[in-house]
Amino acid sequence: MSATLCLTQNGNAIRRADIPLLSPDRFQENLVEALDSGWRVVSYFGVPEGGELFLHAVLSSKKEGTLGVVATSLEGKRSFPSLTPCAPQVHLFEREIAEEYGVTFEGHPWPKPVRFQGPLTSPGGPQHKPVPIGVMDFYRVEGSEIHEVAVGPVHAGIIEPGHFRFQCHGEEVLHLEISLGYQHRGLERRLVGKPSGLMLKQMETIAGDTTIGHTLCYAMVIEGLAGARVPARGHVIRGIAMELERLANHTGDLGAISGDVGYLPTASFCGRIRGDFLNLTAEICGSRFGRSLVVPGGVNFDLTSEMAAKLTERLRAAGKDLAGAVQLLWDTPSVMARLEGTGTVSDLVAAEIGLVGPAARACGLNRDIRRDHPFGIYSMSQIPVVTARTGDVYARTLVRWLEAEKSLEFIEEQLHQLPGVSVREPVGAPAPESLAVALTEGWRGEVCHVALTDHAGAISRYKVTDPSFHNWTGLSLALRGVQISDFPLCNKSFNLSYCGFDL
Amino acid sequence: MIKAILARMQQGHRTTKFPDQPMTLPERFRGYPVLKGSNCPPSCQLCKEVCPVGAIGTEPLTVDMGKCLFCTECLEACPHGGVSYGNDARLATRKREDLVVVEGGERQMAYALERKMLSLFGRSLKFRSVVAGGCNACEADTNVLSTIGWDLGRFGIQFVASPRHADGLWVTGPVTENMREALMLTYEAIPAPKLVVACGACSISGGPFFDSSEVHNGVEKFLPVDLYIPGCPPHPLTILDGLLRLVDRIKE
Repeated sequence: MSATLCLTQNGNAIRRADIPLLSPDRFQENLVEALDSGWRVVSYFGVPEGGELFLHAVLSSKKEGTLGVVATSLEGKRSFPSLTPCAPQVHLFEREIAEEYGVTFEGHPWPKPVRFQGPLTSPGGPQHKPVPIGVMDFYRVEGSEIHEVAVGPVHAGIIEPGHFRFQCHGEEVLHLEISLGYQHRGLERRLVGKPSGLMLKQMETIAGDTTIGHTLCYAMVIEGLAGARVPARGHVIRGIAMELERLANHTGDLGAISGDVGYLPTASFCGRIRGDFLNLTAEICGSRFGRSLVVPGGVNFDLTSEMAAKLTERLRAAGKDLAGAVQLLWDTPSVMARLEGTGTVSDLVAAEIGLVGPAARACGLNRDIRRDHPFGIYSMSQIPVVTARTGDVYARTLVRWLEAEKSLEFIEEQLHQLPGVSVREPVGAPAPESLAVALTEGWRGEVCHVALTDHAGAISRYKVTDPSFHNWTGLSLALRGVQISDFPLCNKSFNLSYCGFDL
Repeated sequence: MIKAILARMQQGHRTTKFPDQPMTLPERFRGYPVLKGSNCPPSCQLCKEVCPVGAIGTEPLTVDMGKCLFCTECLEACPHGGVSYGNDARLATRKREDLVVVEGGERQMAYALERKMLSLFGRSLKFRSVVAGGCNACEADTNVLSTIGWDLGRFGIQFVASPRHADGLWVTGPVTENMREALMLTYEAIPAPKLVVACGACSISGGPFFDSSEVHNGVEKFLPVDLYIPGCPPHPLTILDGLLRLVDRIKE
C-alpha cells in the first residue's frame, strides 16, 4: 500500500495535525491509488475553515482492518476535477460537496442537486435557495413509444416522501431517476458546538428506525474524542439493542416483501412479530425504538438477570413465530417466482457504486463492519457474515432472514452472559483539534459518523453518512429492464431511508 | 396451502383486546408526566436546564407534552423526584394547551368530535398520511395499527392512498421547508369538511429539530389541528386511544 493516509481504528480519534494535507493533484492520485489497492470510501466531505474549503476523505480497508484519513485544500479555487469517472463510488459525495459549498466538480457525469438545500457555509441558515425542490433536469429517454411516469413526493402508504421518475417502454423500465431532499431538516447545520442532550436526540432521529445504529456511532465518536471507556456490560447491552433493531426491521421487511408479491400470510404474521421485537427493546429502555438507551459512556438502562431470562423466553417465542412465517415464503412457488430474477444488481456494479449492508451482501460482496472494523461487543463476540450470490430480490430476502437467524442466536447468547456491574462511565470533554471516525453496521448497512473539533474541543464539523446514501443508486440500477409493476417490490427489498439520506 | 393453514394455527389470533380490556405496557415505558412540585427546593431549575427541547417550566412545575420527547434527561438531573413519567399512555388531546401538564391542574384528554362531524366520521374515518420530515418512527408506529396486532380497520378507521378518498390529513414530522408545498396541496385535495391530526412531537412543536432553519416547528403554523398525539414517537396505544376518543369509542 503506497497511498498516503493517516491510519486509525474504528472509534478512535486522531490529531488533526497528523492528517496528511495533500495538494489537489496529489490528493486525487492518492485516492485513486488507494481505491485501486482495495480501499473503499466510507465518507468524503467538505470542511470550511478560515474562508478556505478543505476536503476530507475517510477510507476503509477490509484487508488491513483499518481506516485511513486524508485531506486536501481547494486553494481558494471553486472547482475540482471529478473522480467519479474513474471511481463511481464517490459520485454522490461529490454532488453533495458541490451543493453544500458551491464547488464545481469538473467532468462529473451527473452534476445534479442532492437535497435542494442552501449552502452549508452560512451558519445562520440558508442565504438563498439555489433551486426549488424537485426542479431538476431529469434524464429523459426520447422515442415515440417512450412514456414517463412520475411518482411522489407523496406516496400511497405511510411512507417518507421522495420523487421517482421512470422512463418506460411499455411496462419495461429503461431508467429510474430518484430525486430526494424533501425530508431535509438541516441536521448537520445543528451538529456543532459542545456535545449536548439535544444533539443526542437529533442523532436518535437521523433515521428513526436506526436509532441504535446512529446513536451508537455518535457515542463512539464522543468516547473516541474524550478517550472514554465503556464498561463491558454497557457494550453487551448495546449489542443486544443493535441486533434487536436489526431483527425488528428485517422482520418488517420480510413481511413487506411478502405483502408486495400479494402473499398475505407471511405479510400479516411478520407485521405482528416485528412488534414483538420492538417490544423487547421497549422492555429494556421504555421505547420501542431504543430512544434514550445508548449514551456516550455506555447505556442508560441495565438488565437484571430476571429481565434477561424473561427477554430470552420472549425472544425464543418470537423467533419461532418468525421462522414459521418465513418458511412459508420458501415453500410457496408463486412467491419464489416473483422474487427470483427480479431487480438484479451484479456484484461488479455493486462494488463499483459502493453498496453496503444486506443489499451489498446479497450481491456477494462480503462486507460487514461488525467483522471488518469490529466495535464494542463485536470485538469479543463474532457474528457470522451472511452473503448470497444472485443480487436479486430473492437474495436480499434470503440475506435478511439469515441475518435475523444469526441475530437471534447472538442476542440469546449475550443475554445469557451479562458481564460486570456498571453499564455507564462518565465521559470527559472532547479533545481539541481532533478528528474521530466511528462506523457501525446498522440493519441497512454501514453507518459512518465523523467529527472534527476546534481548538476549544467543540465540534466544528460533524458528518453523517447513512447506508441509504450509498444504496439509493443501487435501487435505481436494480430497476433497469424490470417491469414497472415490480418497483414496489424492488423498493421494499432495499427499504432505504429518506431522512437518513436527506439529513 | 396446508402449510399455510398449519402456520396460521401456530401463529394463533393475537389482535389486541384494547379497548375492551386494558393493555399492559413495559414497566419502563414513559407516559403521562407525574409532577411533584412540593419536592422541589426553592428556585431549583435542574430539570428545566437539562431538557433538550425546553418542555419543562418551573414555578409552577409544568411539562409541555407537545415538546417533550419522553427521554430521561430530567429524570437523571433531578435528585428530588420532582418529575417522573407514569405508565399511562393516554396522552392525546384536542387542544394545544391541554398538552401542558400542570401539577394539580385538571387533565383534559382528547374528546369526541362535535355532533355534526361525529355523524360524518364516527363510523368511517379515512386518513391520508403526509410525512413532512418525520424520521420513520412515528410513521412506523402509525403503520403498525393497520397490522393484525391492532387491526385498526375494525373501528372504521383506515389510511388511504389518495387525499380524494380521505376525511383527514395525518401529519408526521416537523414540516420541512422542502415538503411544505406538497403538504398544503395534499390538504387542499381532501374534500371538506376535513380533519388534521398532528402525530408526534415533531409535528406539534418541531421535536428535536425545533428552530432549525429548514423546518417549520410543526404543522400548526399552516393548518388547524384537531387532534394532537404527543410522543417521540407516540406508542401505538397512544395513537389508538386518541383516535378512539375522537370518534367517541372511548368516553371516560
